[in-house]
Amino acid sequence: MESAFSSADLSAIWLTFKLAAVVTVILLLLGTPIAWWLARTHSWWKGPVGAVVALPIVLPPTVIGFYLLVAMGPGGPFGHLTQALGIGLLPFTFAGLVIASVFYSLPFVVQPLQNAFEVIPERALETAATLRASALDTFFSVALPLAKPGLLTASVLGFAHTVGEFGVVLMIGGNIPDKTRVVSVQIYDHVEAMEYAAAHWLSAGMVVFAFVALLTLYTLNPSGRRK
Amino acid sequence: MIHARFDLSYPGFALHAELQLPARGITALFGPSGSGKTTLLRCIAGLERTAHGMLQVKDEVWQDNENFLPVHQRQLGYVFQEASLFPHLSVRRNLEYGLKRIPPEQRRVQLEQVVEWLGLNKLIGRDSTAGLSGGELQRIAIARALLTSPRLLLMDEPLSALDAASKREILPYLERLHGELDTPVIYVSHALDEVARLADHLVLMEQGRIIASGALNEILARLDLPTAHLDDAGPVLETSVAIHDEKYHLTRLDFSGGSLWVSKVERAIGSMVRVRVLARDVSIATIAPQGSSINNVLSARIDGIQDEGPDRVNLRLTVGESHMLLSRITRRSCDHLNLVLGMEVFAQVKSVALIA
Repeated sequence: MESAFSSADLSAIWLTFKLAAVVTVILLLLGTPIAWWLARTHSWWKGPVGAVVALPIVLPPTVIGFYLLVAMGPGGPFGHLTQALGIGLLPFTFAGLVIASVFYSLPFVVQPLQNAFEVIPERALETAATLRASALDTFFSVALPLAKPGLLTASVLGFAHTVGEFGVVLMIGGNIPDKTRVVSVQIYDHVEAMEYAAAHWLSAGMVVFAFVALLTLYTLNPSGRRK
Repeated sequence: MIHARFDLSYPGFALHAELQLPARGITALFGPSGSGKTTLLRCIAGLERTAHGMLQVKDEVWQDNENFLPVHQRQLGYVFQEASLFPHLSVRRNLEYGLKRIPPEQRRVQLEQVVEWLGLNKLIGRDSTAGLSGGELQRIAIARALLTSPRLLLMDEPLSALDAASKREILPYLERLHGELDTPVIYVSHALDEVARLADHLVLMEQGRIIASGALNEILARLDLPTAHLDDAGPVLETSVAIHDEKYHLTRLDFSGGSLWVSKVERAIGSMVRVRVLARDVSIATIAPQGSSINNVLSARIDGIQDEGPDRVNLRLTVGESHMLLSRITRRSCDHLNLVLGMEVFAQVKSVALIA
């Protein structure tokens, strides 16, 4: 057997890694305030917002991909915006893939964070306030450190889930080498072309990656395990 | 002065409280559970955002109709029922949490000083608060609050979650604070012995309202308040150590209404000792008792009589110029002795609790 991975494979692996890393960072920045709000609010909006965040868990990825494609397309509201801003259209670009992946993986980051924030006793936050910490200070000095296991779970799941997506990518990103062709799409291509050996290498790589990611999570963070 | 007025209602509970407190010494908020003591304390801290009212602490307005100073901008210390230490921080980092957040010019106490006061020398090096006893955790929590140099220290039943041994361990520290710190303290409690031991000023609460507020003894000696009906009712006396009797291992404590012999107190002659005489330990004789094993007999005048259930009565006695005692006797004795208001009697004190 020749070299395990072709240069196209390596490029897909690198692209996948880059996508997952960027998406994870964005998701942590975006998901943390959403999770905090969901965990502490008594607002009527908690239910609807929580449901919207959780939608990608139950919807077929093609549905999400389809609506995002429409929204970001030339006739969609988001497409109008990006064109007006001179960015152009996002479907079939890396940026479009990032946006779609953020939507798709959002619940996998928000929910562990929300669970972690919910178990922080109100008393801990009140104590910090009586010790002169402002709300923001309390968030960074008390809430985030106490939610560390949830933060780890959210990062690993967000990253791994982005690596594993397929349907959304295909709808939004298509299959453009070096731009939108991620590992899962590359495997699909290999199979289409009957290149089973190449498909094996990449697929086995994905299995190993997923196993190592979850193993890391469960070893470092036994209490953060999702039930 | 501390002036507070709050109105707050939840389903099934309403707080309507107005009070003026001296801005020094320890004020106890006392009442049964559900009477609103903790809620009132939380209002004072600013932890109940929905409370309407006003709060002035010395020259600063913390809340009125227009303004609400957020909790973290109030110069207060708060000790919760449970120590509530931060589990992710070491003991030292817990202690420094509030200290680091106040401007240096507001710091009136040093870390070392507070560590010394609360006996934390052996604990401050701990990496974590895990494995410490309830008493140790609460001492750290008290120290942490003190290190913010509060203008007002609020304590919400700091001893109630502790076992008897930890309580005994902490009480002397609290008494010491009283002596060494001129920060006013508001102390919530439902244990009268704690209140009698620590407080200077007493506020009684019932069903979200304040039913009495005044100097500790003024309140404890009133027959018309719920405190008079408690099993351990009884005011305190401030006495001074007069003589030690080495032979019988006794000490005589003097006050202007007379003197009391108690088991030897290891204190210097002249030092002040707070004692508590429970109503149930005081019996009445109309003629000077003779051949009695009771050491302590005080001349007293009856100036209050009130029924205590169907079988007993509470008497209020004036001893000397201004000291008050309560006595709980059977109604039959009261009738047989023909006890009436204004009558001069002898109060026999069976036991005296030394409390500070």
